[in-house]
Amino acid sequence: MIQNKPDEDDYWNNSKFKAFTFEDEDDEFSQLKESKRAVNSIFVADDDDEDDDDVEKVSWSGEPVGSITWSIRETASTNRMTGEERDYGFPKTETTAQIPSLPKQGSSYSLSSLFKGRSKLGNFQVLSDCIHWVPVGYRPGATNNPSVRSFAPELRKPKSEYKDYISDWSPEDTVRRMQKGKPYSLESFRSLKDKLLLLDEAVQVHDGNIITAVLIFLKRSLSKEILFRELVSRQIALQHFIHFLKEAGEQILLLELLKTLGRTEDMALLQYREHLNIQDEVQRKDFLKGCISLPFSVDDASHVQDHYTLLERQIIVEVNDKHLERAGQTEIFKKYPRKASILNMPIITTLYYSCFYHYGESEGMYSSPTNIKKTFKISDKQYLLAALGARAKLKAWKDVDTLFTTKNWLGYTKKKTPIGFHRVADILHKNNAPVQVLQEYVCLVDDMDLKLNLALKYKCHDVIIDTYKDMKDRHQLMLYRCKVDRSSPEERKIDDILSNTQIRWKN
Amino acid sequence: MALNSRRDAPEPPDFSHLKRLARDQLIYLLEQLPGKKDLFIEADLMSPLDRIANVSTLKQHEVDKLYKLENKPIVSTCDQLCFLIRPRIHSVKWIANIVNTDKAAGRFRRYKLIFSPQKFYACETILEEQGIYGDVSCDEWEFYLLPLDDDLISLELPEFFRDYFLEGDQRWVSTAGKALHLLHSVYGPFSKIYGIGRCAKMTYETWRELVEDGEQRPRQPEVGNVFLIDRDVDFVTSLCSQVVYEGLVDDIFRIKCGCVEFGPEVTSSDKSLKVMLNSSDKVFNEIRNEHFSNVFGFLSQKAKSLQTAYDKRRGMDIQQMKTFVSQELKGLKQDHRLLSLHISACESIMKKKTKQDFQELLKTEHCLLEGFNIRESISYIEEHINRQSYGTEHLLTFANLRKLGLLVEQQPGDTITAMENKVGKLVTDKAVGKLTDAFNSLAKKSNFRALSKKLVLIPKVDGEYDLCTPRDMAYIFSGAYVPLSCKLVEQVLDRGWTGLEEVTRLLNGNEFAVTAGGSGGEMKTKHDSQRLVFVVFLGGCTFSEISALRFLGRERGYKFIIVTTAITNSARLLESVLDSRV
Repeated sequence: MIQNKPDEDDYWNNSKFKAFTFEDEDDEFSQLKESKRAVNSIFVADDDDEDDDDVEKVSWSGEPVGSITWSIRETASTNRMTGEERDYGFPKTETTAQIPSLPKQGSSYSLSSLFKGRSKLGNFQVLSDCIHWVPVGYRPGATNNPSVRSFAPELRKPKSEYKDYISDWSPEDTVRRMQKGKPYSLESFRSLKDKLLLLDEAVQVHDGNIITAVLIFLKRSLSKEILFRELVSRQIALQHFIHFLKEAGEQILLLELLKTLGRTEDMALLQYREHLNIQDEVQRKDFLKGCISLPFSVDDASHVQDHYTLLERQIIVEVNDKHLERAGQTEIFKKYPRKASILNMPIITTLYYSCFYHYGESEGMYSSPTNIKKTFKISDKQYLLAALGARAKLKAWKDVDTLFTTKNWLGYTKKKTPIGFHRVADILHKNNAPVQVLQEYVCLVDDMDLKLNLALKYKCHDVIIDTYKDMKDRHQLMLYRCKVDRSSPEERKIDDILSNTQIRWKN
Repeated sequence: MALNSRRDAPEPPDFSHLKRLARDQLIYLLEQLPGKKDLFIEADLMSPLDRIANVSTLKQHEVDKLYKLENKPIVSTCDQLCFLIRPRIHSVKWIANIVNTDKAAGRFRRYKLIFSPQKFYACETILEEQGIYGDVSCDEWEFYLLPLDDDLISLELPEFFRDYFLEGDQRWVSTAGKALHLLHSVYGPFSKIYGIGRCAKMTYETWRELVEDGEQRPRQPEVGNVFLIDRDVDFVTSLCSQVVYEGLVDDIFRIKCGCVEFGPEVTSSDKSLKVMLNSSDKVFNEIRNEHFSNVFGFLSQKAKSLQTAYDKRRGMDIQQMKTFVSQELKGLKQDHRLLSLHISACESIMKKKTKQDFQELLKTEHCLLEGFNIRESISYIEEHINRQSYGTEHLLTFANLRKLGLLVEQQPGDTITAMENKVGKLVTDKAVGKLTDAFNSLAKKSNFRALSKKLVLIPKVDGEYDLCTPRDMAYIFSGAYVPLSCKLVEQVLDRGWTGLEEVTRLLNGNEFAVTAGGSGGEMKTKHDSQRLVFVVFLGGCTFSEISALRFLGRERGYKFIIVTTAITNSARLLESVLDSRV
């Protein structure tokens, strides 16, 4: 039992463990110590103090050491089987599918639980794990364990001497060390098979951080053709790789990857996304022009085409309007100076803008609302909403009127709208239209109740009075009479109606 | 409502330990860089940091100046720089740039990067690539869990949602596992663990491995159950407009880290006011879970009783007055202040919601949930799309929504009824068409209908649903819909997953139930401590869901502790899939 550190070096030289037949056993043991996991399992075995200086507590002294190596290799697979049958204390989910092809060397199971009451098997297990971890990634000072730091560097031997064990350091152990932030090395994973086992193990433990770390290693150590090929059958790893490349800004490699995968639409969207990085509008326009030929889905392709056309026109309109505004000769720009440039605005905003500043222009002009409507195939509804909003804002009630007026074949005019007159009234109200204008549209609402509600909401007295009259509701009319001003035209109107003997009141 | 509870729910554990733990670790890390230092803090770590420490804590540990991490050159003259960041590549690149600029200028400084809650290899790779690995020291501030209230703990990782559900990146899975492990070691062990969703399962496995690797302490009596649920099990609930008070406040004013900023329209002054919203606000605590329509009544009642309390002063002799002033007045003033604040908040909410035709919106949502009047709902949606203006950047948003399965375009070959065909034709704007189609498919194709039927998510109501004394969790949506997520919790706590085979099939499976500590778990389930239930939302949860679970807890004598990766709502969820920022 070691009690204090100064004795440690002596201890190592005189240890009864000398019988251990590995070539560089000293190193083995120093490495053993820095493995927290092994230490943890020792605690449980002895459930004792928490210091790190008690490797010898592992009671393997009596074991025929030479045979352990043999048994580890032989039992690697059987250990796993025994592990499966154990009472875990914190069980696995029943539905979990284990990837059967992955060789597990027992390392994913709780060592502590293996120790409890099963000393023989437990000892094998610990040792096997320790051996797997031993030499490769050891970096002096990089560990959390201070007692190791104090003597381990001297014990370290050149890598060539323990290269035998490198292959013993399994993907499982490597991934676990990475998860715990312990020193590790990926350099020993040189064959494609080993690399992929490592990647699969990272995926197996669900740790995205480790998956990405392994992918970064694979990206450096594999040609991209091979890496891409292997990722095709590994969807989870692939998603991590794509996300990593996105975040790291490795656009070119990402595009190549997507191309290899045949994900042309994603590729197109990714390239299209780049336009957001371009500030200068002309450059942006030119970039968008280049995007048109990208392999978008049919729908998206027409959107991108529209996007390009829109920006192209916006640039023309912007130059022109800026000039007009500066010249100060145009009434509309003088009265309503522009709040912002029209560049990069959405299509409906652009339409609104053109209905505001360029209403009534001939269709040949890029800035005219009709041209925009036609070019971008804007629906009547959407056109109407934009035009109505813009003209109402300008209080151009005549324009508003014209928007809804249609002539039938006999030449009679009729008001029609695809959006419903209650909506029209709502928009006009929001733009502070006077009651005279409002009531004209409230009148046109078909639904009687809706009409009445709107009229009450907007205080359109005439409409309210007429509606009550139409409903032959004398009662309501009399009630309403109390709400209007004394000797107002409304009151007179109500009185006229009430005194009309022609009406057959329902109440 | 508390009077109705059939059994007494257990008291929740004291989660303030978690704050202590985080604070102590931060102090320890700051001490690792002795001497004066400037501290740069990532914007979204500022509020969580505020909840556990204050400026004087930082100053005590020789933090000189505090800066927000911004993507621009720094002005610090300090010789030691400390960066408190989330493990993000662009932040690390920015820091690498600072270090290299200093190097080029021949300036020597010490740098420390503190990643919270953990570092990622991808970030360290940046340090390596930029040639500054070793020039900066890296640490992890394992601040996994921030208790926002007695029964609410947040990981404050809103990016969890996008990273996992949209990008398929599992980087936060182990973080969630570690967070649970922390809960387990401080407050556990737990006796039963249920879960549904792929992420839930992975999180559980990670947690299990951590438990197995850790020291096995002598087993304490087991407390409570855990229920893990992926956000994508139930998108619908998180996308609904909220009508319980706390949810509404979140939808309108945005509650950030348990704190809301009321603007001048609420404070009726020219200044904004930051208010902590939690159970220690007595007024808020009584209305937070109430349907909005009950809140006014409560507030006016409260105002009256406050008035009575004030009125007691009349006719007091000098001694009584003295007692009143020293004992009651302060509390009354506090109540008064809170009361007037919440009344103004309600007014402001009313004003905003009336302007938006909230009633119509709710009606449409309820129709969609019930599968009634789909055509009217579609034309309502269409109309609203028509009346707004959207930019081209939503081409990318659509692509993301498709990826999440939230947008399904109607294929031309699909059979559609004549009427729907007509609706489709009316819509010429393609974007509008797409969205309409999405709702079409939500109503027709998705499993939602079947699930809703199976779990009776739409309560049958004769007459008016009584929102004052609700009878089920549907009250959080005006009686129209029981949140799927919470209903699952209820069902599974009652009887496990048995009998829910059809439901889990519709939800893509991935459900699990494990009893920790081997056999005998069943016997103990009646035990009082078993009534403590941790519900873990992976990808965020809404305040409405929290209210629903609180209701369920009162009804059934459970105490729910909600653990979530972040608080979410419909706006945040949709914003998280936008791609307009580079």
